[in-house]
Amino acid sequence: MVRMETNTTLTHGIDIASLGRGEPTMSLDTETIALEVKGINLYYGTGKQALQDINMRIPSKRVTAYIGPSGCGKSTLLRCFNRMNDLVDGVRIDGKILLDEDDIYHPKVNVSDLRRRVGMVFQKPNPFPKSIYENVAYGLRLQGINNRRVLDEVVEKSLKGAALWDEVKDRLHENALGMSGGQQQRLVIARAIAIEPEVLLLDEPASALDPISTLKIEELINELKTNYTIIIVTHNMQQAARVSDYTAFMYLGELIEFNDTATLFTNPIKKQTEDYITGRYG
Amino acid sequence: MKKWWKSGDPWIWLTATSVAISIIIVAGLLVLIAVRGLSHFWPSPVLEADYVDYSTHKQETLVGEMTEKELIPGNPWLMRYLIKTGNRELFGLDFRWVLQSLVKNPVYPENLLAIGRNNGIDIYGYLTEIKAQNQVIADGKNAEIWQILNQRVERAITLNQQIKTITTCVQLRDGTLTTATNLTTEQCAPYYKDTQTQLTQLQQEIARDTLTIEIAAGETLDVAFANIVRVKRLPKSIHHVDYPEEIVVVERREWGNFYGYLQEIKENGNPVSTQNITTALEERLQHTSTLYQKIHTIEKQDIGAINHQLERLRLKERALELAHNKTGEPIDPNALAAIEADRVVLKADYDVLNQQLKQLYQEINRDSVTIKSMDGQVVDVTLAKIVKVYQPNSFTLSQKIGFYFAKMWEFVADEPREANTEGGIFPAIFGTVIMVFIMSFIVTPFGVIAAVYLREYAKQGVLTRIIRIAVNNLAGVPAIVYGVFGLGFFVYFVGGNIDQWFFPEALPAPTFGTGGILWASLTLAILTVPVVIVSTEEGLSRIPSSIREGSLALGATKAETLWRTVLPMASPAMMTGLILAIARAAGEVAPLMLVGVVKLAPSLVVDLNTPFIHLDRKFMHLGFHIYDVGFQSPNVEAARPLVFATSFLLVAVIVILNLTAIWIRNHLREKYKALETA
Repeated sequence: MVRMETNTTLTHGIDIASLGRGEPTMSLDTETIALEVKGINLYYGTGKQALQDINMRIPSKRVTAYIGPSGCGKSTLLRCFNRMNDLVDGVRIDGKILLDEDDIYHPKVNVSDLRRRVGMVFQKPNPFPKSIYENVAYGLRLQGINNRRVLDEVVEKSLKGAALWDEVKDRLHENALGMSGGQQQRLVIARAIAIEPEVLLLDEPASALDPISTLKIEELINELKTNYTIIIVTHNMQQAARVSDYTAFMYLGELIEFNDTATLFTNPIKKQTEDYITGRYG
Repeated sequence: MKKWWKSGDPWIWLTATSVAISIIIVAGLLVLIAVRGLSHFWPSPVLEADYVDYSTHKQETLVGEMTEKELIPGNPWLMRYLIKTGNRELFGLDFRWVLQSLVKNPVYPENLLAIGRNNGIDIYGYLTEIKAQNQVIADGKNAEIWQILNQRVERAITLNQQIKTITTCVQLRDGTLTTATNLTTEQCAPYYKDTQTQLTQLQQEIARDTLTIEIAAGETLDVAFANIVRVKRLPKSIHHVDYPEEIVVVERREWGNFYGYLQEIKENGNPVSTQNITTALEERLQHTSTLYQKIHTIEKQDIGAINHQLERLRLKERALELAHNKTGEPIDPNALAAIEADRVVLKADYDVLNQQLKQLYQEINRDSVTIKSMDGQVVDVTLAKIVKVYQPNSFTLSQKIGFYFAKMWEFVADEPREANTEGGIFPAIFGTVIMVFIMSFIVTPFGVIAAVYLREYAKQGVLTRIIRIAVNNLAGVPAIVYGVFGLGFFVYFVGGNIDQWFFPEALPAPTFGTGGILWASLTLAILTVPVVIVSTEEGLSRIPSSIREGSLALGATKAETLWRTVLPMASPAMMTGLILAIARAAGEVAPLMLVGVVKLAPSLVVDLNTPFIHLDRKFMHLGFHIYDVGFQSPNVEAARPLVFATSFLLVAVIVILNLTAIWIRNHLREKYKALETA
């Protein structure tokens, strides 16, 4: 990460010059769109409405971050993209999410296929109690790929892609649970990219990690965006500022503001956004 | 004090005490079983003693093994010994209790007395002195004390008699008594004068004498002769105990042990001259035991197999007949002829074997040995009936140890003899283990599948909660109830129908319609399935949802997630359930008695006849064996040590089964160990 020590204004400790990763002129209008959210409403079984009429377009091969105070619905929205909310009893969703122009909530959609296209990494590292190799190969084996040569190749490629290969290449067949937390989280990312999804959802991927591991994950996100559309939920505004191209601010289940990161942090349109990023609440 | 109470120390003491008590109880139980069970196999020496019977005062020779001794309750001077005398055909019993007075003072053993008093309570003790008018007239060292005692007792009895006569006469006169059997008015006449004076005089006279006896070490008691009705000497009943080296113990296939002295070896009834009878006998025994093995193999395996095949032919024929009765079509003569041809071949095989058997029997019955028993009777024993002959009194320590382990091995590996009181208990061990295995194979998949549905697929609501409570309660239902259910449902209903559909040719003899190992295992499987369900459910619920989500996020379906991740991770919990199930099932006896356990099973569940595993057969079980040997045996004394030995073995079998399961579980846990910290 290159930091430019020039005349920068610091808002809430955010290094404005590094915003948007040195691409100051970004605009949603010129991007290819990976996902389009159309009027999503989500209700929990208790009757509580967690998302209110969310509309947004998520650009392809960019990092889009969701920020907002706890309970604002950002994780819930993220889990809508691979239909993880289906697992929660009594959840009702209406609206559409288009992935390549197809509604992922269409009754005929195969959820397994969808999740293969939209991978996800969770807050806490959750490797399976298997070897490192088997963790990465898990998704492929699910697809019936058991050819040793193919698996070897993919495992190596994925671990390299997750910047983990050099650390673990000599102990691929050891239990994944013996790794450090940061390594585990990168392994989980390797596991997710092994099946080559189009979109990668990261749900606060660094919140359980120490600063050095966090840094590594952030660098990794930066590298991954050349190949994947990345959507990240984070509590940490500095992190959103550091890694994302676009940022969405959510509050109480509503999407308040969505813009390129530099604009959102330096020149927010809505007062709520400004209040949040300047630390008045959250 | 209050401070001490508040500090929590008493609580620590209380908890530690209860742990200590539990450990002591368990350890004590195990030690008791182990000591009493395992000491049974140690060769005890054979004693030869002169014995005077306590009640008949006849002297005889006693030969046998001392198996037990105890003080007669409430009596410090008498001991009784349980002697295994064997030679049942001569005495009718294998065991005999003999009384032995404990000799305190070997110089005057005859001073030990049993005194019968007019209040009905006997006392035992050493006579120390006799007093008349408070003057010691004889003490324990006086050689004539027995005579003096007898005189005094006789005198007291006569005086008592007179007193009694007078009181009876007075009663006759006063009319309180109308008739007296042996008294006439003439006889009474002299007593009607000065009655009171006479009575007082007699009572004074009788009260004059007392004796002092030592009833326990240092504790003496004065007894007035007036109260004594009889005095009996307790002789020293066992004396001159010897352990002659030449005494042999002959362990026989029938009638138990024989103790005695070897006389001579006979061949075809004619005595054979030998230099050393013991070694000669040993050689011949070796020969007969190989012959016996041969006979055993032919009878059990070869002829057994032929009988098995003949029975199958019979069933085949019967099946043809039944089909004919049903459809009216004529029986295929070719099929009948084929059966007949097979039968002829089998019969021919049988004849050949039978011929061999005849020869073998002739050979094995050639030799016999004559043995003199302790009362001088000479008994002729064929070598074919002898398991082994040994002289325990001549054993060196290493021989004793060797004998001990041989005996223990026999117990573990042999079939039972003599109504289960001799030989081994291999069929019971085998039956127990096989039953537990079959039960495990049924209960594990069944319980796991049920738990997976309850936890993973069923909607968590009132109904699932009711089901869960019901399953938990099932674990508390008394085992015998399951036994009754097994008998009614499995044996009579399921088994009966299986017989109707698949084995009609064997009817009316039941095949599955009677107790058998399959039904016993199934009954125990239902008995233990709640345990497996509960612990598997617990294991499933402990798996973090993040792991499931991780798998689902990679595109796995719910079933794939279950198979590839959740179930392997829950396997230690399943093993825990299985361990609990085994622990409960292996020790269960009551339900088994209803669904297939027998006292003596003629053949094992697994053998060399097709289809090799016979799930319809009845079997033996260690738990039931303990009950049977301990409480249903005609020969209690012989059975008692076996109860302990069998108990020890049952505990050992359960421990081994459990340890194996625990080892597997720990292995699995090791594999998924980080789960605990996650």
